[in-house]
Amino acid sequence: MAAEGGEATEDLIEILEASPTPIDLARYVNHVRDPAAGAIATFEGTTRDTFEGKRVLELRYEAYVPMALRRLRAICSAARAAWPLRRLAVAHRLGTVPVGEASVFTAASAVHRADALEACRFLIDEVKASVPIWKKEVYANGEVWKENREFLQRRNALASSSCCCATKVVMDDDAAADAAAVTAADDGGSGADKEEFPAV
Amino acid sequence: MAEESKDACDANKAVEVIKMQKTSDMAEMEVGPLIQVKVLFFARARELTGLTDISLLMPPRSTARDCMSKLLNKFPKLEEIYNSMVVALNEEYAPESTVLRNSDELAIIPPISGG
Repeated sequence: MAAEGGEATEDLIEILEASPTPIDLARYVNHVRDPAAGAIATFEGTTRDTFEGKRVLELRYEAYVPMALRRLRAICSAARAAWPLRRLAVAHRLGTVPVGEASVFTAASAVHRADALEACRFLIDEVKASVPIWKKEVYANGEVWKENREFLQRRNALASSSCCCATKVVMDDDAAADAAAVTAADDGGSGADKEEFPAV
Repeated sequence: MAEESKDACDANKAVEVIKMQKTSDMAEMEVGPLIQVKVLFFARARELTGLTDISLLMPPRSTARDCMSKLLNKFPKLEEIYNSMVVALNEEYAPESTVLRNSDELAIIPPISGG
């Protein structure tokens, strides 16, 4: 497995080489578990059995591993810059992933659940938009390389000279102050007024 | 066009070609020898070329776009993904206008589908 620690080894980022073994979800959940965290948010992407009416037999994944690890590190940094987080974990499986099994898993822990949930969402959205991993959908009578809509939307930014740099999260000053004071019981969450998600 | 004018035209063209060669020789001498670039093919790009990677010799100061043009010449089937792919240089996304250097690693990134 190709692994990469995050800032100060807080984050666990792994790309799992082809193997029949499913992702060990508990491993990543346990990594983000933190005594200071009030919330752990996770996302599991699973192979589904149907696409546009066609029966999917399996998905096959491949990756440009060194660059994928690099992108995942950058995505975790961007998440940390945008939300107050405790720990992060991302795992992506390569090779054949049968129907029902997880191909990707993201986990985020934070003091408050809004930050954990938003960061977890951000991680998977960014995987879809910018991490060089590809999947082939295999049917009974053919196979096709899939294309993420998120990538097609992000493509121009990726190919331009101004992307992949500083985060662009805009936080209103009052909201930032409120975020520090809010408790877990408050459904307004962090109250942060983010105009744009971080550009990674 | 009269025969003599045509000869003069051809002669002028020949002189121009010689001048251009001299300029490029001089340019080569100034900025160095040909550069070697390794190109990686993934997913659909690998299927279309039949290769996982290839090493290219390019003129100095070539851009990623120059490299793509050369690849399209060698592998016309890459046309299928040319408008939807992006390139990565040394493991970072890069615009096609980026100037390449010796031992750079260029990756052809067809539309991704992780997750």
